[in-house]
Amino acid sequence: MKMTQKATVQDGTDDTAVVDPSRSGLGPVELELAGVNKVYQARRGRVEALSDVNLSIRRGEFISLVGRSGCGKTTLLRILSGLLPPSSGSVTANGQSIWRGSARNDEALQQVGLVFQEANLFPWFNISDNISLPLKLRGVDRKARAARAEELCELVGLRGFEGAYPRELSGGMRQRAAIARALSSRPSILLMDEPFGALDALTRDKMNLELQSIHAATGATVVFVTHSISEAVFLADRVVLLTPRPGRIRSVTPVSLARPRSADTEASVEFQQIVRGLRVELDEES
Amino acid sequence: MGEREGVGRWLPWISSPILLVLFLGVWQFAVSVVGVSEFILPAPLKVGESLVGMLDEPATWAHVRVTLFEVLLGFVIALLVGTALGAVLGRMVWLERAVQPAMVAFQVVPKVALVPIFVIWFGFGMTSKIVMAVILAFFPIMLNVLLGVRSVDRGHRDVMRGLGASRWATFRDLELPSTLPYIFAGAEVGIVFAVIGAIVGEFLGGSEGLGYLVVSSLNSLDAPTLFAVIVILAILGSLLYLAVTTAKRFIIPWHDSVAKQ
Repeated sequence: MKMTQKATVQDGTDDTAVVDPSRSGLGPVELELAGVNKVYQARRGRVEALSDVNLSIRRGEFISLVGRSGCGKTTLLRILSGLLPPSSGSVTANGQSIWRGSARNDEALQQVGLVFQEANLFPWFNISDNISLPLKLRGVDRKARAARAEELCELVGLRGFEGAYPRELSGGMRQRAAIARALSSRPSILLMDEPFGALDALTRDKMNLELQSIHAATGATVVFVTHSISEAVFLADRVVLLTPRPGRIRSVTPVSLARPRSADTEASVEFQQIVRGLRVELDEES
Repeated sequence: MGEREGVGRWLPWISSPILLVLFLGVWQFAVSVVGVSEFILPAPLKVGESLVGMLDEPATWAHVRVTLFEVLLGFVIALLVGTALGAVLGRMVWLERAVQPAMVAFQVVPKVALVPIFVIWFGFGMTSKIVMAVILAFFPIMLNVLLGVRSVDRGHRDVMRGLGASRWATFRDLELPSTLPYIFAGAEVGIVFAVIGAIVGEFLGGSEGLGYLVVSSLNSLDAPTLFAVIVILAILGSLLYLAVTTAKRFIIPWHDSVAKQ
């Protein structure tokens, strides 16, 4: 399996052109959504949050989910991550169903790592213990956990902060730690719900670059929820546009810009065209 | 910033002795210049003498031990029962709803008025004082724990759920550590209330403890001793409070209430 992660990213920003077989060709399907529906029973009747969502995501692929607030993108991600059962439909990760009715299948979810909008680090653990929490829950011994946390600190650029507490870190650094935590059990799928939404624009740009190199280094399949179209295009292999009421997939746009992408990519005509196209589509629906 | 923080850290160590000296000065002034009667307000030095004399007597220490025992046992019982009950009520919203009116009713009763009843039920010995300490210390602890159990961060819960954490792991790594600051907030109030409970209990019945010593020196119109006992009580209360906050420093060093000081 492709879960062999490169633990150390090439000590910097430039050298991220890791050869990634999954991107050169089409890998096998890693994550499959078929006929996913979600209906909430609200006080004023039924609210259809998601309607008939179908999507196949290949191994190592980076998918961005964009849409206005209320289009169900977070709902979709929570269904994928085992936090919210779908009303109907199926979600499978490498052939294993994530949901059995409304019960989560913990075994299938072992392959999934999760990053939220808030870092959600535990203030009573230092960074090392926060990062290795998923390993602790799996019964990995203390020494191995510390070693893995050190590796991951290296990967996300938190070297030297292993013993620090979350309150001593900036917002961007906390979010790096949250990403490291999600990666600690070597999941093949990484789900991210607007992970940089609470960060300032400069930090956000930097984090996007780093996420790109982390993606390259780990080869993980990523589903990334955002409301920023340019962020979505910058990161993704495919951008999935969702429209609200009921939440459904409106379009899937492939982004074939060369990697690694940089500030130059964002200045390119091709990039601008894709962003404009998506923006027009988003405006049309309202 | 750093400099200001440094000043904030050391300021109490300088200001507190100054305030103490000022307090003693005003006191002495009231006695020697204004001429307040010795029976109402003995001079600080007289109280000091009385205090030193008392500390030499083994009988005083016996009283201190009795009060200390009542307070500590009452506090520990209140801590255990308050934490357990707070955790249960925090979990079961319906149960909390059901017993809330009764709790409020019990809370607004001036519990000091119950001391005579406890004396009837539990006698003039230490038991009635311990019960009083428990009853006073129990409520702030329980209410804080109840709040703490309800205040576990939703995002944190999502993390544990996302990781498929077991009930036990969720308790160990999330619920317990996030409730600890609330337990300590309750304990800080609880220890003070436990002292009050024990002392008030001793006021009203029995022949032991610092509360009894207050009443007996009042009956013999021995103002210097009365003041000296109050000083001992103040020191005892401060030390107990200090013990709780020190425990907090060691057990939850990560919490804002500790880290920002």
